[in-house]
Amino acid sequence: MRSLLWLIPAIPFFSALLLAIFGPRFSRKTIAVFGAGSIGLSALITLGIAADFITSPPPDHRYTQTLWTWMNVGDLNAPVALLLDPLSLVMIGVVTFVGFLIHLYSVEYMAPEEGYSRFFAYMNLFVGAMLILVLADHLLLLFLGWEGVGLCSFLLIGFWYTDPKNVRAARKAFIVTRIGDTALMIALALLLTHLGSLEITTLLDRAGQAWPIGAPLAIWAAALILGGAVGKSAQLPLQVWLPDAMAGPTPTSALIHAATMVTAGVYLIARTHTLFLLAPPVLMAVAVIGAATLLIASFSALTQSDLKRVLAYSTISQIGYMFLALGVGAWSAAIFHLMTHAFFKALLFLAAGVVIHAFHGEQNLFQMGGLRRTLPFTFWVFLIGGASLAGLPLVTAGFYSKGEILWESWALGGSALWAAGVIGAFLTSLYTFRLTFLAFFGAPRKAPAGGEPGLLIRIPLIVLGVLSIIGGFINLPPALGNKLLLTHFLQTVLPHTEASALHAAGGMTEIGSEAFVTAASLLGLFLAYLFYLRRPSLAESLAGRPVGRALHRFWSAGWGFDPLYDRLFVRPYILLAEAARRDLVDRFYERWLVRPVFLLSSVSLHDLIDSIYTGLARLAAVFYEMLRRTETGRVRWYAAGLAAGTIFFLGWVVLL
Amino acid sequence: MLMIPVQEGLLLAAILFALGLIGLLVRRNILFILMSTEVMLNAAGLAFIVAGARWGAADGQVMFFFILALAAAEVSVGLALVLRMHHQYKSLDADLLSRMRG
Repeated sequence: MRSLLWLIPAIPFFSALLLAIFGPRFSRKTIAVFGAGSIGLSALITLGIAADFITSPPPDHRYTQTLWTWMNVGDLNAPVALLLDPLSLVMIGVVTFVGFLIHLYSVEYMAPEEGYSRFFAYMNLFVGAMLILVLADHLLLLFLGWEGVGLCSFLLIGFWYTDPKNVRAARKAFIVTRIGDTALMIALALLLTHLGSLEITTLLDRAGQAWPIGAPLAIWAAALILGGAVGKSAQLPLQVWLPDAMAGPTPTSALIHAATMVTAGVYLIARTHTLFLLAPPVLMAVAVIGAATLLIASFSALTQSDLKRVLAYSTISQIGYMFLALGVGAWSAAIFHLMTHAFFKALLFLAAGVVIHAFHGEQNLFQMGGLRRTLPFTFWVFLIGGASLAGLPLVTAGFYSKGEILWESWALGGSALWAAGVIGAFLTSLYTFRLTFLAFFGAPRKAPAGGEPGLLIRIPLIVLGVLSIIGGFINLPPALGNKLLLTHFLQTVLPHTEASALHAAGGMTEIGSEAFVTAASLLGLFLAYLFYLRRPSLAESLAGRPVGRALHRFWSAGWGFDPLYDRLFVRPYILLAEAARRDLVDRFYERWLVRPVFLLSSVSLHDLIDSIYTGLARLAAVFYEMLRRTETGRVRWYAAGLAAGTIFFLGWVVLL
Repeated sequence: MLMIPVQEGLLLAAILFALGLIGLLVRRNILFILMSTEVMLNAAGLAFIVAGARWGAADGQVMFFFILALAAAEVSVGLALVLRMHHQYKSLDADLLSRMRG
């Protein structure tokens, strides 16, 4: 079974290729079978491999499959090799299963769209690239997948390319993540030159031997990798691309936010965590970036009026939780949250897609309302997803993963990071239920034109809804059942500080931390109820004051990062390009060489000194005439000149 | 197997290249010019093959594949240009093209 590992990324790639070549000629049915079926097949194989892996784990809990040698140049030996260990197994599980559900949903959701086969070709390519990323045994192969998901996100965000707005969003996503990718590329070069290998296991072993904790090189390498992760995962300061990425079709957003793209950075840091352990300041930076992003994005989510933008900011903030967990060293908690987040965020996006379809593209929350009665099914699944995102206690997956992150960040990271996390939990609950209440409760402001979706949309929503609830039970914290299945499963890859050791952390027990999280999310729910359902006038009066209005504008514009970057980077760049268009070099010659010669030659023809200059000018004119003659526009004449020059220089080299 | 000396292979390549070059210079019909270019490209490819055989490395043949792909691309673009030219000037004389203003 394990030897089938290569099929998991190969099937989506093959299907993408088929769809790219024959797609326009296939019927819609065939396209759907290939597009969704390929990912389904990958998911089935993943299931088989997972069963095999758990029942009879390979020695050392690692299985490597070398397919072929990619390149072998000097010191660099890059095989195309896949690595299966608990971490990559969890990741391919999330990618293929959530990816398959999203594909299934797209079969019906995208049915009326033009470019049906193009859409599925891109989506399959996206999943394939992500699978290469998580399965790669070698950083160079990982980078191939890394660039692959970047490209596919560009293609999918700009899917409706006839609208310049979408193209601009796609370009922004591509360029901003490219900044991070450049950092990652430099990191790869640094690691290769100093450690002599890019094979992940070898590399991490060698780093541990060669560099002491806090070595400057280790800090540089980890910081550059962090740069790459920050770009892909839309964290501070490169978070600006994700809200605009909503320009793509809704299933694309679900795929980018839940199963692929933005989780890549989290995976990369978890995969290279030994390197980060050698660089404590960078690890600290990871936690601080995570906490800061979490708060900034949560405040922004609170003020959005666009349904999908709220979810986009919420993704940024939830990835912030994962970074927080990574930064304090709660590795498995980060992966746990990545998994539950994939379930409920995919659910939320897909349900939001149903709402948007019902309104024929309307995304403004303040145009909705009262959908609870017209779309009851969608309401329930959306509510489940929202409850899981907000972390309502005991019955939702989000509660367990978020609780674990917060408890471990208290025990390992200290009270400031913990407090940021708790405030974030409060805000998450507040904006989630603001969204729910505005869209589904209250009086209808505009009647939806469409009704409930068909079966192909309902099935993924139901499955994801179930997963959003029971997904948390695979990792029950010590205080609530003590069944850390996922953590123990990941233990061979990601070290776990035992809970008993954590108990020593001053002043608070785990149950206390969970109680705080519960209180925070319930308070958020209550405030949302008060502001958006019970007394809407209260929220309006709060936002109506000058301070409130200014804050509202500031937050809803994403804390002004876009105008700032525009002023700092984009405009100077454009100015520079404008200046370069008038060609500085040309102007230099004009002013200092050409003009003086003409000036001098025109003064007097009788003066001796003058005549030298005149002669020079005349000579230049003669040369100009001669050279001008060679510009005949005749191809054969040019070729003859080329040949003569070649023969001349060859003769020169041979004879002299 | 009969081994062909390197010098002879290279000499053949050089002769082919020179023939192609001469064809390129003396012909006015743009179709023949294109064909001469192909001959030159093939001559270069032959030189690569001979060198690869001399050193027992596959690189020469790989290089020839690249050259083949390049030649194919060049022909397709070139023929499209020839078609346009014939449409525009009703002639295949390359020297007429000097009247183009870009």
